[in-house]
Formats: sequence, structure tokens, C-alpha cells
Amino acid sequence: MSLDWLFIGTILVVGAGMAALPIALNMIIGPRKPNKIKSETYECGIETVGEAWVQIKGQYYIFGLIFLIFDIEAVFMFPWAVAYDRLQFYMVLEGVLFILILAGGLVYAWRKGALEWV
Amino acid sequence: MSDPFTTIDQFIKNLLIGLGLEAEVTEVALNIVGAVVLGLLVGATAIILIWAERKLVARIQDRLGPNRVGPYGILQTIADGLKLVTKEVLIPQGADRYVFIMAPLIVVTGVIGIWAVMPLAPGLIGSDINVGLLYVIAVGAIGTLGIMMAGMSSNNKYALLGAFRTVAQMLSYTVPMILALLIPVMLAGSMGMSTIVEAQGSAWFIVLAPLAAIIFFISSIAEVGRAPFDLLEAESEIVAGFHIEYSGIAFGMFFVGEFIHAFTIAALFSVIFLGGWQGPAVESFPLLGLFYFILKTWFMYFVVIWVRSTLPRIRIDQINAFNWKFMTPLALVVFMVTAILDKLAVEAGFNRAAVLLAANAIIVLGTLFLLRAYATSQRRRLEVTERPQVQRSEAASD
Repeated sequence: MSLDWLFIGTILVVGAGMAALPIALNMIIGPRKPNKIKSETYECGIETVGEAWVQIKGQYYIFGLIFLIFDIEAVFMFPWAVAYDRLQFYMVLEGVLFILILAGGLVYAWRKGALEWV
Repeated sequence: MSDPFTTIDQFIKNLLIGLGLEAEVTEVALNIVGAVVLGLLVGATAIILIWAERKLVARIQDRLGPNRVGPYGILQTIADGLKLVTKEVLIPQGADRYVFIMAPLIVVTGVIGIWAVMPLAPGLIGSDINVGLLYVIAVGAIGTLGIMMAGMSSNNKYALLGAFRTVAQMLSYTVPMILALLIPVMLAGSMGMSTIVEAQGSAWFIVLAPLAAIIFFISSIAEVGRAPFDLLEAESEIVAGFHIEYSGIAFGMFFVGEFIHAFTIAALFSVIFLGGWQGPAVESFPLLGLFYFILKTWFMYFVVIWVRSTLPRIRIDQINAFNWKFMTPLALVVFMVTAILDKLAVEAGFNRAAVLLAANAIIVLGTLFLLRAYATSQRRRLEVTERPQVQRSEAASD
């Protein structure tokens, strides 16, 4: 079992290394001549006004919240789905009921206009 | 011992133990070597992937595509890579240097990490963990983090906007994807990737759950951020999105990551819904399984490119509405109907495949009917608001 995770750890390191190697190579053989105009923030020739850290509307975070609900749902539903073959019919209905409650939340968000992109 | 992969594995193990290594050390060493080989192979595939995609897209658009470097331009990617390596990587002023350089690394890592649990052939899988599918979802989401890092560290408004869009899109489309993936897990009774493939011996899951397959396919294209969902780099709106400040090979790595990711979702689709290495005569010749897997994966990759070069880009609010108001409710309905009907079919002794197929067909018809009714009502509303009543009667008399 731990060997499986060793494999995963190794492949993650290999993946990072595969991206790091060309970039490191570039740092050695690539040119490096920064000047003031070159390293300006790129905006198609116009000079940047103010800070780059613009604020995003609060609406954006509501999407995050809705996503969070459904993502946590996944944590509950995957074990249920794995055990599906051994479940009685009423247990399946309970799982569906759980999803229905979530769907109710989605309908509520929809009616409240939380799903409109601004 | 008919399985060649186990045989080779055993042979190398015996050889190393014979050379005087301890059994546990051998296991660990083999795992590390295997992971390195697999990772490098996947990375090297990118060279062919980029060439194949450029060639195919060119053909679809009635162009020739790369044809100068090497036969059929097959060495074009290597030439491009060499060029990118020798170009300057600009780091804009005010940028967070370390985060800026880390971002492409994280994107590539997240994509290659998925291949650790990919069943390539019977007995040939990196690590057969029992939470394989959950691992795929989790590691697949790391790329989102890399894109957010790129956007926030660039000190550029367009980059930040692009990153915010991307994160919203990727997070949103994870929801129908997870719901669609619950169905194969239900049918196979396991999250282990090789168990899922073995469960498709009699019928591929695309037959049992065609709608789930389509939902998974669409949402994973959105996850990769390919056309028609390539909002993260909509040139006409936000210049180049999150990688606007990237140049040279740092930009190239985002590109490589995207191509491998597209190939990875093709592989995932073929494993989860097209039976992976399942195929005729695979029991007696396990090597054939590898061939089937590669064949199916390349077919799905072709479909991804096909979709990309056929459909135009859609707007950000449309993407969002499409996910939350269409895909997610549809995925919820498909999931609930499959869960109930499959149980009923098994208990009542009906044919599982027939019941599920019929249910899927009814859902498709119902969805099309609803969409049509909605489109008609929209059109009527537009007609009423845009055209004065007089003109309408004139047009009618003509």
C-alpha cells in the first residue's frame, strides 16, 4: 500500500522536474537583458493605471460557495456509490433524498439570482 | 504467468535479488524507476500530441500545417521547444518572482500525476489505489491552483481577470463531472481504476450510462479549458488571459501542460467509459490490451481536437449558465434516475442495460423538449420586444 503512494509521490516529483528542467536550462542558456520598458506590465502599449490587484465583485464568491456545497457532497456520495451493490432499496432512496435536498439548494440559488454572471 | 508484465516484473525482481539486493529495496527501487519511466513517457508524448493537433486542426481548416521540419513536419515541436528554451523569460516588474516561476511547474505536475493511476493494460498500472477516481479528481484540480498562481503573481489586470474566470469555470464544471463520475463508481462498485475497467468486461459503461459519459466529456473539456470553453485565454477580451506575462519556455510549459491534460482526459474517458484495455482476445494476449487502450485514447483525443476546431468560443456568462442551469440539473437528474432504476432493475430481474438505456433515452427526449420550449419562448419574447407590430403585419402580407 505505501509502495503505491511512493509511486505517486515519485511521479509527482518527475512531473515537476520535467517542467523545471527546461526552465532551469533557459536560465542558463537563455538571454537575460531586462530593461525598464521591457519589464513593464503588458497592456497592449497603454501604461497601467493604478494597482493590478483589482477587486472582483462579491457575486463571484457566491459561485465559490455553491461549488463548495457540491464538492463536499462528493465526499459523502462516493462512499455511498462504492457500497451501492450492497445497499437495500430504501438506502438508495435515502441517497437520492440527500441529492434532492442539494438540488433544492441549487433551485433556491437560481431563484435568488445567484447564478447570474456579472 | 501468461501475463507478460507480471513476468517481466518478476524477472527483474529475481535478477536484482540474485545480484544481492534485499527484496524490499528491490520493490522500492522498481517503483521509483517505474514512476520515472511513466512520467517521462507521458511528457515525451507531448511532442507527438502538439504535432498531431496542429496537423489535424490545419487539415480541418483546409491548411497544410507544419510540413518543413522533418518528414510531415514531425520534428516541428522539437524545433519550437529549442527556440523557446533559448528565448528570454521576462519577469515583469512587481511580479512575485517565485510564485511566477512555480506556476507552470504546478500545472504540469497536476496533469502528469493523474497518470499514476491510469490502467494501461491488464496488470500494468502505476499504483492501483482503491481511491483512484477520487485521486484523479483531486490531482486534476491542482492545475487550477497553478493558474490562479500565474494570474495573481503576474501583476497584470488581464492576467488576474483571466485567472478569476478560469477558476470560476473550472470549479463550476467540477460539479457535473463529479456527479457524472458517481455513476461508473456505482456500476463498478469501486473507485479503483483497474476494478472499473474489469467491471466493463460484459458491457462498456458508455452503453450503460451514455448521458453520464457525455456530461463527463463536456465538463472535462471545460476543465482543460479548450475551445469552446477557452475563455481563460480569450484573445479578443482579455488579451491572453492568465499567461499574458509569460514568455519563452515558461509559457511553453503551460502549453505542454494543456496538451497533456487534453490527452489525459481522453485517456480517462476511454478508461472509465470505453472499457480501457478491454477488447477482443485480451484475455489470452494482455499486450493487446495496451494497444486497445492507446487506440481508444487516440480516438478520444481526435474527438477533442475535432470539437475544438468545430465549435466557436462562447461567452463567459453563457459558459456559466450552461453549467449551472443545464449541466448540473441534468447531471443530478441522470444520477438519481440511474441510482433508482438500476436498483429496481436488479431486484426485479430485468436486463440492466436495457432499463438504463431506455431511461437515458427518455431523459434525452425530455431535455430536448424542454430546451425547445425554452428556445421558442425566448424567440417569441425577442420578436415582441424588437419589432413593432406594424412591420410584422407587413412582413406577413408579403
